[in-house]
Amino acid sequence: MKFKTKETLLDSLGFARTISRLAHEILEVNKGSQNLIFVGMRSRGEFVAKRIAKKIEEIENQKIPVGVLDVTLYRDDFRTNLKQPEIRVSDLPLIIDEKNIILVDDVLFTGRTVRAALDALMDYGRPSRIQLVILVDRGHRELPVQADFIGKKVITSKGQEVRVKIKEFDKEEDAVYLVELEEN
Amino acid sequence: MSILKIKHLLGLEGVSAEDITKILETAVSFKQILERPVKKVPTLRGQTVVNLFFENSTRTRISFELAEKRLSADTVNFSASGSSTSKGETLRDTVRNIEAMKIDTVVIRHSSPGSAEYLTKCLDAKIINAGDGSHEHPTQGLLDIFTLREKFGNLKGKKIAIVGDIAYGRVPLSNIYGLQALGAEIMLCGPPTLIPRDIEKIGVKVSYRIEEAIEFADALNVLRIQLERQNSTGLFPTTREYFRFFGITKERLKSKPEIVILHPGPINRGVEIDSEVADGENSVILEQVTNGVAVRMAVLYLLSGGEEVRENQ
Repeated sequence: MKFKTKETLLDSLGFARTISRLAHEILEVNKGSQNLIFVGMRSRGEFVAKRIAKKIEEIENQKIPVGVLDVTLYRDDFRTNLKQPEIRVSDLPLIIDEKNIILVDDVLFTGRTVRAALDALMDYGRPSRIQLVILVDRGHRELPVQADFIGKKVITSKGQEVRVKIKEFDKEEDAVYLVELEEN
Repeated sequence: MSILKIKHLLGLEGVSAEDITKILETAVSFKQILERPVKKVPTLRGQTVVNLFFENSTRTRISFELAEKRLSADTVNFSASGSSTSKGETLRDTVRNIEAMKIDTVVIRHSSPGSAEYLTKCLDAKIINAGDGSHEHPTQGLLDIFTLREKFGNLKGKKIAIVGDIAYGRVPLSNIYGLQALGAEIMLCGPPTLIPRDIEKIGVKVSYRIEEAIEFADALNVLRIQLERQNSTGLFPTTREYFRFFGITKERLKSKPEIVILHPGPINRGVEIDSEVADGENSVILEQVTNGVAVRMAVLYLLSGGEEVRENQ
């Protein structure tokens, strides 16, 4: 499948500003960073989570634990859809009971990944609260899932895709693109 | 990376290093699940696995059953005693009837070599061999290799000695094929009556002296003497004599303080291995058992993997 870039939604500067704003919003709503645990969803959610957590550490001067969650085993499309049922290790702080979890992903689309992540988190323990942070919300929800903090909201059509590039993972400049898929 | 090339797990003979590595790497993630408060994931919900055990088993059956339950599959257990096989039904008829009840995967242990492969010709279900006579026991081989990888990392060039009953066991072949695929060197050691003639042709060393095997090895996989499968007596004089010549004792391991000791169980203490060694710090015997569940989860998961339909975002 070919695609062409339709629009740059965020460049590296905009990316940094969005991370910074999300960090401040999270701190405002949670009245500080006590009891917070960041959990990023593989693959890019992990790095978005680490960026926001680092920003908060700078502001609050306090270490923020960041975990990584792989939800492959909890997906509802295991038998039909997965091109590579490859699972990777989750790496969560030992005890999430009574913690305030900030769940982070790069793109919110159908909501199915978030549903899987909520189920996965519940199997690790009973957090006191889970809030969802999303870098880009592109609509087209198939489940009643909403984010608590949104970096950018874009209106997309189903034939489009939102591609997030993050330096640590993609080895190129931070950016968010809206791309058009072309059948061929 | 895609899903496995093999459709069933009948043995490790001919399985590519890539497939073996994929199973072992997936098992790492599953091992982590076993440490969580909720040791279960919903992945195989709605799938049914039948455990057909025509031969006795404690560890393997419980391990498979736990692995299936940890993945949320429905499990049905069958053991030969109290079944229609004792009324004269053939294996083919038994399994065809069970398949007619709509099942997805069959785990089979049987005393006849090749029985798992035979099932692939009778059934559409995925077949996992849990030991077929003295042929192969692939999940045991995989869990031994998994345990060795935890200890050594890359197995290329590592030296593994398999000690004991090579001829009548099913663990040796699976270990040999799997370890060879990953580049390890293998020596077999035991009394000549328990080592098949010409086994060197599959690329292994053979020694009839335990001291030589210990000298050679980074790890010893100590096997039980399969008395139940040795239909003629006289392969070795007494178990006491066997212990005197081949038993793994602390004294014998003195020159190799770092050696890793594996044993697939069940252990006959004082026959192939001394209690002091079996419970000692070189032993990874109980880690093998823990790893067995993770490895079997990985096999079940990867064999029932989704079909490639479309790329998902």
